[in-house]
Amino acid sequence: MIDLTVNGQTHSIDADPQTPLLYVLRDDLQLNAAKFGCGLGQCGACTVLIDGAAALACVTPILLLSGRQITTLEGLGTLSNPAPIQQAFIEEQAAQCGFCIAGMMMRAQALLQSNPQVSDAQIRAQLELHLCRCGTHMRILRAIHRAAELIQGGRAAISTPTAASGPADGGETGNPSSPGEGQTGDSHDPLRRERDLSRHPQARERPER
Amino acid sequence: MTAPAVTVSRRAVIQGTGALLLSFVIPATRSREVASARHADAALDLPGSLAKNPLLDAWIRIDADGSVTAFTGKAELGQGIRTALLQVIAEELDVPWSRLTLVTADTERTPNEGYTAGSHSVQDSGTALRHAAAQVRGILLAEAARHLSVPEQQLHTEAGAVLGPNGDRVSYGELVASISLHVQAQPSSQLKDPARYSVMNHPVPRVDIPGKVSGAVAYVQDLRPPGMLHARVVRPPGYRAALLEVNVNEVESMPGVMKVVRNGSFLAVIAQREFQAIQAMWSLAREARWSAGAALPDGSDIRQLLLGLPTRDETILDTQPNPARPSNHGLLTLEASYSRPYIAHASIGPSCALAQFTSGVLTVWSHTQGVYPDRQAIAEMLHLPSDKVRCIHVEGSGCYGHNGADDAAADAALLAFAIPDRPIRVQWMREQEHAWEPYGPAMLAQVRGALDTSGRIASWDYGIWSNTHSMRPGPAGALLAAQHLEPAFPIPEPRPIPQPEGGGDRNAIPLYSLPQARVVHHFLPDMPVRISALRSLGAHMNVFAIESFMDELAVAARADPVEFRLRHLEDPRARDIVSAAADEFRWSAGSAPGQGRGFAFARYKNLAAYCAVAMQVEVSPETGRIHVRRAIAAVDAGEVINPDGLRNQIEGAILQSLSWTLFEQVRFDRAHITSIDWASYPILRFGSVPESVSVRIVERPGTPFLGCGEAGQGPAAAALANAVADATGKRFRELPLSPARIKAALAS
Repeated sequence: MIDLTVNGQTHSIDADPQTPLLYVLRDDLQLNAAKFGCGLGQCGACTVLIDGAAALACVTPILLLSGRQITTLEGLGTLSNPAPIQQAFIEEQAAQCGFCIAGMMMRAQALLQSNPQVSDAQIRAQLELHLCRCGTHMRILRAIHRAAELIQGGRAAISTPTAASGPADGGETGNPSSPGEGQTGDSHDPLRRERDLSRHPQARERPER
Repeated sequence: MTAPAVTVSRRAVIQGTGALLLSFVIPATRSREVASARHADAALDLPGSLAKNPLLDAWIRIDADGSVTAFTGKAELGQGIRTALLQVIAEELDVPWSRLTLVTADTERTPNEGYTAGSHSVQDSGTALRHAAAQVRGILLAEAARHLSVPEQQLHTEAGAVLGPNGDRVSYGELVASISLHVQAQPSSQLKDPARYSVMNHPVPRVDIPGKVSGAVAYVQDLRPPGMLHARVVRPPGYRAALLEVNVNEVESMPGVMKVVRNGSFLAVIAQREFQAIQAMWSLAREARWSAGAALPDGSDIRQLLLGLPTRDETILDTQPNPARPSNHGLLTLEASYSRPYIAHASIGPSCALAQFTSGVLTVWSHTQGVYPDRQAIAEMLHLPSDKVRCIHVEGSGCYGHNGADDAAADAALLAFAIPDRPIRVQWMREQEHAWEPYGPAMLAQVRGALDTSGRIASWDYGIWSNTHSMRPGPAGALLAAQHLEPAFPIPEPRPIPQPEGGGDRNAIPLYSLPQARVVHHFLPDMPVRISALRSLGAHMNVFAIESFMDELAVAARADPVEFRLRHLEDPRARDIVSAAADEFRWSAGSAPGQGRGFAFARYKNLAAYCAVAMQVEVSPETGRIHVRRAIAAVDAGEVINPDGLRNQIEGAILQSLSWTLFEQVRFDRAHITSIDWASYPILRFGSVPESVSVRIVERPGTPFLGCGEAGQGPAAAALANAVADATGKRFRELPLSPARIKAALAS
């Protein structure tokens, strides 16, 4: 039995300690947002927060997670009370099939939590690990900028979806760099965390061709 | 906005399994299907898919409480079709959004509309639903006139009710008791004036996005009916490798393992927990011994590979010069050849399916593009009558054509037989999707063109070498699992998809006016690599080749590429879209220093949406990296249902085509597919995403819908190649335009 704290609730999980977190979230806790994309730490679809930093649930065995705070997209908000990142993705209609966006939203959440005044270049750099196959990248970038606005409260008056006035052509051109550009600090560097976690043997195991 | 319909909920799935299955069946369904077939011949001139399903109640049902249920045989693939079709019905039937439910592709409930493919959904199903809704509205008006004893001309519909001159009001729900919608559709309908639209041509937010951003059950991967078991398949090491031997004893004693299933070379394991199934799959893979399988061709030179295969040639265009307008030949002849490698669908979520076999009935939940053809294939594979198989579409990760979806459905179906009465969930692993999906075929184009002294094209000779672009089910042998069974189902004979839509020759006939033109489809029946339909089929390659060559001719003619295209375009809508894109891009302003610009145009299939793309790029000679500064598209999709949905599709087409064109190539050695994950099969990442992308819509209110889902892929590929040629002075004719290839060419 391993105690996992997910979205503020602690669950006793009866599973092989090597089980990647993703399967426990999806199968035991019936949380749908984190997706199986590759099981190899290559696509970002399974991204969740562990102690506030983005991490890849598909290559993180639960044995590492006792006493850690795990947050999934479900833990950020609900449809009736959406978090800024959820509100922003709806406003910008930032999905086609939508399979990748939960992971992108969690990465963006980690980024915006540490620095809401983020630049376009920083967002692109942080999302580099994340794959989208439908080609929704421009809208995803717009949605993360919109979430940053909502978090900063400046233009937080939640309006009707911007889709109603048509997508902003040219709104996706690079923003001028803002304060805090560059790394967000070692202790909060999600990429560093993933590198550490992916050293687990299962991250490299290739069962079949 | 509240969603009028959601994808299958857990409750629906629970109801749809086991003994409760029959409660799902609408009594009229079977007879409706039979009646549809009977009426089919008489109904050929009906609009859209009404031609094959002419009864109005196959499309629309109104209940006594006023709720409206509409049915489509098309499936939501992430292209936004659910929202668009709801808009059509809400508009033409005057029914409030909150009373409207849309049931999508389900062999028990919806019309058979074949595959959701080829940018046909709005053209076929949207047109059918639009006319069906308008005709149902007409029936309701006529009935209300009788009911209220008021002339029909004095009545109008609004928000699910018919309103009369003196405050009379009768709801649709009150009227349905005395009417029948089990009637044949008429060839023409009283459609709304586009000027009165309040739902269509509005950017209604997608109904599925709220669920997808909040962790709702949104995909087949999210279904968890009670008692569900997890399965994994062990695939052979290569095409046609046979399973010689496998010791299953150890695996069967692993924790949670319920059963190892072996039939011929089909090998799979069913377990209680998902990670137990994965661990058992790994062990099983270690225990299995396979024969060597079929050798793969040398893939290092796609051109040689394709030219080495036997061909069946078909001349699809042969126009002779007009003797009345002798052309001044021979000034300049150009020749070029272009190629693309095999390209993977590479869905972000590997294929997944659920199946349950109970009381002789098999139910399959799949992200297939075609529930009816998939049902036929699965029924044949399992030797079941097709009415004992129900296939229900549930959304998956975007597919972009025929990926592993149908194969995963077949896997689940086979395994559901092994443990009846339990829902079995099969999830493919990443390396299985990458190695076993049927790729978009490699292609080669050769073109020769001559300019006359006035700088016009005098002759055009074009050949395209390609496999078929559809090996979809229908026949069981199209399913991977069926190919691995003992006895195996034979792989079906490949057939070219005929013009005017075409397969490998899709968009091989230019829309330009050419005094003398010949186009030959060199169809390649041999398929050394597993292939099928990838979004836009041959149009990606043919438009890349034709529009690259148009630029090469324009350079030779010392003409501006946009002006050179207009010189050869007569279709006024084509001319408009080229001009609109050039205008939006500010083409006349010229190139920025150190950058290149490129332009391309096509009308998808020469019969769907018109799309022109312009791009501005920078190329780094040191790294060979292409940086797209901005991309501009103009599109004419006829009557527009959802302008934001249309923009989303075209933006996506541009970005996806950039990925194919810049990075993608299925790799294989002489025995194995070697591009089996995102490291060995790189695709577009955020670092290569353009700085800006914008789409201008040219509206054509009152004209027929033109499918737009695949309109941008070809023009985007060619605009990119033309921009790279403009930036570097070198023409790249071989895809992908990878950094290594660009760097090497610029260094030489």
